[in-house]
Amino acid sequence: MARVVSGSVAGKLAVAAGPPRTSLWQETGRRFRRHRLAMVGAVILLALVLSVLLGPLLWRVPINDIDFKAKLKGPSWSHPLGTDDLGQDLLARMLYGGRISLAVGVAAMLIAISIGTAIGAISGFAGGVVDHTLMRITDMFLALPGLPLLLLIVYLFRDTLRKAFGPEVGIFMLIVAVIGGLRWMQVARLVRAQFLSLREKEFVESARSLGARPFRQVVRHILPNAMGPVIVAGTIDVAAAIIAESTLSFLGLGFPPDIPTWGRILFDAKDNLDFAPHWAIFPGTAIFLTVLSINYIGDGLRDAFDPRKVLGQ
Amino acid sequence: MEERELRALVDRVKAGTLSRRRFVRMMVGLGLTAPMAAQMLASAGVVEAQAKWTFNPTKRGGGGLVKTLWWQAPTLLNPHFANGTKDQDACRIFYEPLASYDPDGNVIPVLAAETPSLQNGGVAKDGMSVTWKLKKNVVWHDGKPFTADDVVFNWEYVMDPATAAVTIGPYRDVVRIDKLDSHTVKIVFKSPAPFWAAPFCGAATGVIIPKHLFQAYKGDKSREAPNNLKPVGTGPYKFVDFKPGDIVRGEINPNYHVPNRPFFDQVEMKGGGDAVGAARAVIQTGEYDFAWNLQVEDEILKRLEQGGKGHADIVPGGNIEHIQVNTTDPWTEVDGERASAKTKHPILSDPAVRQALNLLVDRGSIQEEIYGRTGIATANFLNAPSRFVSKNTKWEFNVEKANQILEAAGCKRGSDGVRAKDGKKLKFLYQTSINPLRQKTQQIVKQACAKAGIELELKSVTANVFFASDPANPDTYSHFYADLQMYTTTMTQPDPQRFMDQFTSWEVSGKDNKFALTNKTRWRNEEYDRLWKAAESEMDPVKRAALFVKMNDLVIQNVVVIPVVLRPGVSGVSNRMRDVVQSGWDSNFWALAYWSKT
Repeated sequence: MARVVSGSVAGKLAVAAGPPRTSLWQETGRRFRRHRLAMVGAVILLALVLSVLLGPLLWRVPINDIDFKAKLKGPSWSHPLGTDDLGQDLLARMLYGGRISLAVGVAAMLIAISIGTAIGAISGFAGGVVDHTLMRITDMFLALPGLPLLLLIVYLFRDTLRKAFGPEVGIFMLIVAVIGGLRWMQVARLVRAQFLSLREKEFVESARSLGARPFRQVVRHILPNAMGPVIVAGTIDVAAAIIAESTLSFLGLGFPPDIPTWGRILFDAKDNLDFAPHWAIFPGTAIFLTVLSINYIGDGLRDAFDPRKVLGQ
Repeated sequence: MEERELRALVDRVKAGTLSRRRFVRMMVGLGLTAPMAAQMLASAGVVEAQAKWTFNPTKRGGGGLVKTLWWQAPTLLNPHFANGTKDQDACRIFYEPLASYDPDGNVIPVLAAETPSLQNGGVAKDGMSVTWKLKKNVVWHDGKPFTADDVVFNWEYVMDPATAAVTIGPYRDVVRIDKLDSHTVKIVFKSPAPFWAAPFCGAATGVIIPKHLFQAYKGDKSREAPNNLKPVGTGPYKFVDFKPGDIVRGEINPNYHVPNRPFFDQVEMKGGGDAVGAARAVIQTGEYDFAWNLQVEDEILKRLEQGGKGHADIVPGGNIEHIQVNTTDPWTEVDGERASAKTKHPILSDPAVRQALNLLVDRGSIQEEIYGRTGIATANFLNAPSRFVSKNTKWEFNVEKANQILEAAGCKRGSDGVRAKDGKKLKFLYQTSINPLRQKTQQIVKQACAKAGIELELKSVTANVFFASDPANPDTYSHFYADLQMYTTTMTQPDPQRFMDQFTSWEVSGKDNKFALTNKTRWRNEEYDRLWKAAESEMDPVKRAALFVKMNDLVIQNVVVIPVVLRPGVSGVSNRMRDVVQSGWDSNFWALAYWSKT
């Protein structure tokens, strides 16, 4: 136990050890850069993000230009990723859809992490009845079946939100809220577990004896040390949210059918798989690469944040 | 064609050098209905031949299991509440009508002993009544005899407004049904009935349920009958198992009233999935023997057929894929329902907007690029039989003209390119079921509309939900809580009377009738109602055809609907199946008892 205690304040130990004066974050960053797969993942993800952000500015082909003469064509100079069965340019559609898919992923992850951290922190720090109540609520949410609940909520609130915010924004909010709202439980449990052990640590005790108020103890002393597992869980949530959005689009319940999210393109392509494989391969690869690279980044981050790794050096 | 030539042809049929079927086809080509041509032969003394089957077994059963695939799953098994063909087909496995319509529109007796005609005295000369002789020794699956009482009961059951039966259409014209003896009924019509074979014929409205099991559930309690989910019929198969939304199973009826039929020992009707999956399962992999309604791109069908396990069977009929334009306001709630018949659509009530929409549907491209063999562009709602087809209409795809019409009607473009009329933007919600063909059509229409300053928002609903009969589900086509919607209306009888009742004012779908009636656009027009009623009792075939042409023209001129393509029936049939004869006028299962397999 004592060893782990010192491990969790790895940064401070490093300072004490002497010459390389690095902070906790710099040290973590250094370890992350040494994780080769994580770096590959980060580069791929960065490339994907940059291309969906900047791509539409460079590749100025409309996403819904119907041209029957060019339908189901494989990749060529005029259509680098080929066309679908209405002759619409797949590259333009992928870039546009990628924005939505990635935005859904990131936004849903932020929601999940915020809720999860808040609940986990309160529960872990306060203890007692509060802890008990919050954890039973968490258990209840964990027991809810995800997809059926998702379908129900989409069915109940789609029209209201659509009216209030328009079809695209309304659905976006709904999907993000639903996916985020159903994935915070793991984060909450992780954070609570961290808090339970951290709040008894010497450095927190010393802060407390110096007169730090509970809020300061949490924000300044405990939370930074608990962030490791949260960030890891967050990266996994991004991937899960992208997949959940694809699933909804695939079932026809996500965005309107003419908005080409990656999941929707895949859905449209599936019937033509045997003679126009390019149509499915590109969006499929994009989803695959995004999810895989985010998972590797999560892997790398976990290793980088793991205090035991520091001791092992 | 001269009368003399015609007589020569009839003689050739008599002599057997010209087949009956070819004769009927020729007459239909000349603009006659198939039943009329059949009548012509009958009056010339050519006796109606029994349908020819390639396989005539000498014993019942022995065929094992026949597996069929419906990508929309049936939801209930009472034919009088059937919503859509999936339910009608599922009911037809167990229940039967008095007679079916064969591919040529002939009336083929099933529970009737013979087809009534002027010659045998079944049809009254003035058209006011028809007398059916019922087959003797027919028993329900539970052993009770089938009698004239059952026929009379079905009429009473359907006519009770509290029952809320969807099959009420053809029965409204019946004044009373007399039971002449235990196996003879006389149907008396309100006015001369040119299409006397409407009540009790065909799978859509004619199927008969047993009196002894449904007697207690007439009226208010109709939906509570346990047998709504456990059919007891007279058909070739007895009920085994039904999971709503999934599967229907039946086993051979050892007491079936046709000797040596059916061939298969069990039948399975699996629901769900999608059309392409169904096409693959029958045509490419041969896993299933029959698949219903393959709404699949022709290109895909052709590719699948190369495997040689099955083929697409294309049957002409009157089914029409069309876009309905809501006449009521789907965005305002009145008396607890949206799109209430009491409201008017704020923008689509303007005829100019409707005209413009009509010009923005590129039917040519939709046929050529999407449907191929399986959809023919048309300007008419009523497309079969050919004598009822209007020649006064034509379709056009013209974005400039649409723009001019909208401009002239005072719909000015806003800064975002979308037009507005009196401050209301021309933004419409356009819904349909999930089906790649329909999503593509949606996109083609959306793009053309965008060019004319109309913004369409697309919505697609899973077919199982969109066509469900649940009155509490707002996403169904019956509710039509959208500005535009698109689907195929099936024409189930070789006579347009019933088909055209979906524009009459008394068929308006709404909350009070549990959204079960057929007028989904809620369009009402006195002239149309008058024409429809006139056609109902017009015995002169020429005048009657003219009435239907006028009805069609009213619907088209007012752009109540925008016809897109005429959809011949396409089913997937395994190459090992025999006698899977499909009729454009009846259920896919009308000849199920005669199916067999090598």
